[in-house]
Amino acid sequence: MQSAWALGMNDLDTLINTRLVAFPKRHFHSAIDLDPPDVLNLLDLADAFVLLNASSHKKLDLLKGKTLIHLFFENSTRTQASFELAALRLGADTVTMNPRTSSLAKGETLIDTAMTLKSMRPDLLVIRHPASGAAQLLSQKMQNCAVINAGDGSHQHPTQGLLDLMTIRRTFGHIDSLKVAICGDIIHSRVARSNAQFLNMMGAEVRLVGPITLLPSSGDDWGGEIYTDMREGISGCDIVMMLRLQKERMEGSLIPSAREFTRYYGLDREKLKWAAPRARVMHPGPMNRGVEIESDIADDPKISLIQDQVEMGVALRMAVLASLSSRMEERS
Amino acid sequence: MNAHDSDRQSSKPTSLALVNARLIDPESRYDGPGSILIEDGKIARVLRGTGHPMGSSAIKVIDCEGHVLMPGLIDGRARTGEPGFEPRETLKSAAQAAAAGGVTSFVVLPDTRPALDDPAMVDFLIRRARHNQLVKIYAAGAATKGLEGSRMSEIGLMKEAGAVYFSDADNAITDSKVLARILAYAHSFGALVAHRPKENHLTKGAVATSGDMATRMGLSSEPAIAERIALERDLGLVELTKARFMADLISTEDSLHAIRRARLKGLQIHASVSIHHLCFNELDIGDYRTFFRLDPPLRSEKDRQALIEGLRHEEIDLIVSNHTPLPAEDKRLPFSESTPGAIGLQTLLSALLGLHMDYDLELAPLLACVTCNPAALLGLPQGRLAQGSPADLIMVDIDIPYTLREADIVSKSKNSPFENRALYGRVLKTMVDGHIIFES
Repeated sequence: MQSAWALGMNDLDTLINTRLVAFPKRHFHSAIDLDPPDVLNLLDLADAFVLLNASSHKKLDLLKGKTLIHLFFENSTRTQASFELAALRLGADTVTMNPRTSSLAKGETLIDTAMTLKSMRPDLLVIRHPASGAAQLLSQKMQNCAVINAGDGSHQHPTQGLLDLMTIRRTFGHIDSLKVAICGDIIHSRVARSNAQFLNMMGAEVRLVGPITLLPSSGDDWGGEIYTDMREGISGCDIVMMLRLQKERMEGSLIPSAREFTRYYGLDREKLKWAAPRARVMHPGPMNRGVEIESDIADDPKISLIQDQVEMGVALRMAVLASLSSRMEERS
Repeated sequence: MNAHDSDRQSSKPTSLALVNARLIDPESRYDGPGSILIEDGKIARVLRGTGHPMGSSAIKVIDCEGHVLMPGLIDGRARTGEPGFEPRETLKSAAQAAAAGGVTSFVVLPDTRPALDDPAMVDFLIRRARHNQLVKIYAAGAATKGLEGSRMSEIGLMKEAGAVYFSDADNAITDSKVLARILAYAHSFGALVAHRPKENHLTKGAVATSGDMATRMGLSSEPAIAERIALERDLGLVELTKARFMADLISTEDSLHAIRRARLKGLQIHASVSIHHLCFNELDIGDYRTFFRLDPPLRSEKDRQALIEGLRHEEIDLIVSNHTPLPAEDKRLPFSESTPGAIGLQTLLSALLGLHMDYDLELAPLLACVTCNPAALLGLPQGRLAQGSPADLIMVDIDIPYTLREADIVSKSKNSPFENRALYGRVLKTMVDGHIIFES
């Protein structure tokens, strides 16, 4: 990988401009909005932004004059921060709204909110919402504005999926033919859905591992094999991707206790031995240390890619924003 | 029960001949040419075959020009919003939608606010509906007080006040002892009990049917078998009490099998199906369109096909619109946050004609599910082309295709899953007790 010094700033600008391809869709809702070449274009562009982010002069003007609204109906630290940083580094004017704490959402339907926002004429809108399909609903009412799904209920979190692909490609040099086990609370996870679709699309072998009550009834639609035995499930895998276990899962009799979950599905060094030699570990965060993953592994830079995932988040989101904006420029 | 008969304010007795029609009488299964003579709001004569034998200078004659003349539809399950939810729909706006769709009678569910759980409320609703002088509106009484599933309501008194059946609407009565007592008690009054087969624990929080679609969309779901699990208990209680029972809104193949088994045992089990579960399946929720969020949730295509075969074999007694008007504030939300339900009074007939065309279902038996079957079940004199029956008739051009636009929707709420879909048939005239209340 080239370094920022080896390339002058002008070269870096050129690199970014040559890699900037218009986004294939008006909005970004789900992994299936993209085809493999689109994914590769975005990853290449994001790689260039990593170089930019590593340099001392991080700011570009690709989104200059564009207004971007961040609309977070659900708490999020890393996704929100990385979208905000991405937008700022590209020179957009940004506003962040947390409707849960403002008067915006009181008694308002999501479509009312959309109409309010529409009249503010944003160019890009990033939304996170606890209900599946919320991004899609919002985008139906927005004209001349690209809607980016930053997580909707248990449905999709496509930028997380892409940044995971990016992290994997930068670590292994390729994605195809890798064996990836996604472990834990699959059924409620939007990250699992986006990742399974993207990984399949890029030729990786996907396995879904977890207690039967947190797995889909069939893996066919996910393009992956289902395992309730973690040993079998991660055996020979190059990547073990752990998911966050939500506390409320204990209440609905989905699993008996965190302790029992950890015993059978929590990742520690012993279980990791079942995976391929030099297997790497990922987690979309935030982690429940000691529940689905032991700190010992999470913090070991030789094993864990968790910090890389966070770092890639900003670059990848810059790529998505720039690409959507480029589509708008082309169409106008 | 006779609340609607001959109380229409009419200046003079009507005498009207409808000639040159294609008569469809689902009760006798007659589908052929004929004419009908109406006197004083009742069918005075039905003449099968061509010719105008009734032609007389004293009466008004309408030439049907070969269009279908049939009994107006009877919809056994609808909501209007009145009382309590008038912004959704009023009795009047629902009656207008019904008239436009060829529905001349419908039954209002008891989940109004306050609930129709005592004789005064039943009486109020019937009187208020009659005041509109449009279609005939009947009331179903709540089976339990406040539809809470614990205390039996005054079934005898409500029946006397005009309640045509008893139901807790979409609430399932989980306490088996309570339901057993209701079934036995209602039976002693000859009253029909309709109950939703809904397993409350499995269906709690669910907005879709379990399967690939729900998983892919990240929606919480219920297994389709939850319906049969609940239904089997109900059928057991019917076996115990020998009650008159209707499995309300069945939607799965499994439920049909269960009903078939119970009937083989000699139990009198009636079954209703919503028109939407005959026309749509789980794939229709694909783009999170909340007009397809229904209760029960839309099922698999296999289940839908099984219901259509159930119709073909006449295993289903009633097809209902389950008309549930919901305004924008209940529907313009993410899928799982929206309120379930769709309107259907206006499109019931068109949707049935679509099924007739698409699946080659014979018209007369199909239309029996919305005419003579509900009439027999609820003890109503209309719903048939018989001498002495109320002249609740519709004239329909059944072949004409059209696309339903939002602007065409008569209901106050516009939540129709048929919006922008192709439908068949146009109601040319709707008559109640011999009076034309709708014409297009």
